[in-house]
Amino acid sequence: MPIWAHRSMPDPLLQVTGVTAGYVPDLPILHGVSLTAERGQITLIIGPNGAGKSTLIKAIAGLIPVSAGRIALEQQDVTHIRPDQLAAHGIAYVPQNDNIFRSLTIRQNLDLALRRAGGDATARRDRLLAQFPALDEKQRDKAGTLSGGQRQFLAIAMALATAPRLILMDEPSAGLSPKATAEVLDHARRLTADGVSILLVEQNVSQAMKLADHCYILAEGRNQVDGPAAELMGDKVVGEIYLGGRRMGAA
Amino acid sequence: MIGTISYLVFFATTASILAIAVLGLNLQWGNTGLFNGGVVAFFGAGAYGTLILGGTPQDGHLGGYGLFYPLALLGGMIAAGLMAWVVGLLTLRLRHDYLAIATFGVAVAFENLMRNAEWLAGGAKGVRGFERPLRDALGDGFLYNIAFFFTVLIILIAVYLFLERLVASPFGRLLRAIREDEEAAASLGKTPSRIRLTAFITGSVILGLAGGLYGTFYAFVSPQDVLPTLTFQIWAMLIVGGAGNNRGAVFGAFLIWGAWTASGWALSRFAPIEAQLYTGSMQFVLIGVVIVGMLMWRPQGLLPERLVVSQRGSKE
Repeated sequence: MPIWAHRSMPDPLLQVTGVTAGYVPDLPILHGVSLTAERGQITLIIGPNGAGKSTLIKAIAGLIPVSAGRIALEQQDVTHIRPDQLAAHGIAYVPQNDNIFRSLTIRQNLDLALRRAGGDATARRDRLLAQFPALDEKQRDKAGTLSGGQRQFLAIAMALATAPRLILMDEPSAGLSPKATAEVLDHARRLTADGVSILLVEQNVSQAMKLADHCYILAEGRNQVDGPAAELMGDKVVGEIYLGGRRMGAA
Repeated sequence: MIGTISYLVFFATTASILAIAVLGLNLQWGNTGLFNGGVVAFFGAGAYGTLILGGTPQDGHLGGYGLFYPLALLGGMIAAGLMAWVVGLLTLRLRHDYLAIATFGVAVAFENLMRNAEWLAGGAKGVRGFERPLRDALGDGFLYNIAFFFTVLIILIAVYLFLERLVASPFGRLLRAIREDEEAAASLGKTPSRIRLTAFITGSVILGLAGGLYGTFYAFVSPQDVLPTLTFQIWAMLIVGGAGNNRGAVFGAFLIWGAWTASGWALSRFAPIEAQLYTGSMQFVLIGVVIVGMLMWRPQGLLPERLVVSQRGSKE
């Protein structure tokens, strides 16, 4: 892409256009979903159970086949990417569960992620550990001994080790206490200040919406509403239909 | 006295050969989580390969290439590795129990092929006409067995040290990561399919090495040597010793082979005459009971996978 094109009209980082995908052929879960994630922003995907939120993130990560539509990262087609090619494209995927290697130490987890990621691995590991003091203290312990929140931090640190432009996070707050959830989400927010973009799927709507820039609401595998998170949060109709109405107001 | 020592040398040689096989399986299952249910096929490929390549000319079946012994042994290992490569490409997409079923099927097919394809390896009569290396110099007796035992022991130590280094290397770390979660490993840019295949082939080459030594020791191999029983014995050794721990693998091999030999002796001595016909079957039952018992009461084995020690002292 010529430089002038970049300057005159910045492309979105991630552009998902009309994606249809599902776990088995002929039984799509997503029906023509579209989405845009801008640089340095948190783009939030929410919706009721079974809306296809995680499916969408897995389709982007190449874990389930896309039967129609296109996924582009900085205009480069990554629709049929293999999961192990993600890192090379600057995409990191943090699965909901099993996102760390429990029988390895924290340091081994990080080294695994840092290997072949370029640069001075030791220096980069030290920088990552400095970002996560809780991990630094326990770097020789097995990752299986970490608390839920610490595990998410480790998973995020491993994602960062691959120097991504975009992190796909699938419900990082699942199973966490409200305090740990707040810590993890706050950290995600801080990452965007460093230029990383985040595509976030969350069940914890009220907390996530407060820190997201843009929000997409899915239901039944289709786009329903999208807009700046702050606007959607204040929209009474949207709140009533998709965000659990009064509960949202109470939160 | 010499009789007892002679027997102990015989016992230790067989146990050491089996320990090499258990180390090969440990790389596959203990470190990488690949459920190889067809251990005996790769062991057998090594045994048949070595004997066919290193033996004297035979009528009616392949063989008689009379290769220099180390080359024949290497050929057996390559045969096992090639078989693992083909089987791996076909089956490694399968997970856990399905991989076990598929590889078990491969082993049964291997045994049937060896039993029926007379042109290939003598069929049910097996491969004969193999001269044990250095027999002219060392004779056929005690001296030979001692020399062979020490050769096997040195190979066992070499395989052990190789695997210890492998497990401690970044590649070993990657194997354990894949064992835990392939999806997460892939998301870090790793290629699980290729790494699984590498581990499967490497483990199978080690199984082939054990098979080659086994064939050398007896200077004979037949379909009776590649029955599923051996797969279960090698598995029992790994489960009892401790999957994921190379020392456990070696310990389990000696322990289970000792228990197998002792139970055979005890049954032949103390079982009533009318039950003597069934003592072999009773030993199989015993192996099954040992596997099930260990899995129920101490699934991590007698020497579990070593845990990492924290900076602040012991952890876990």
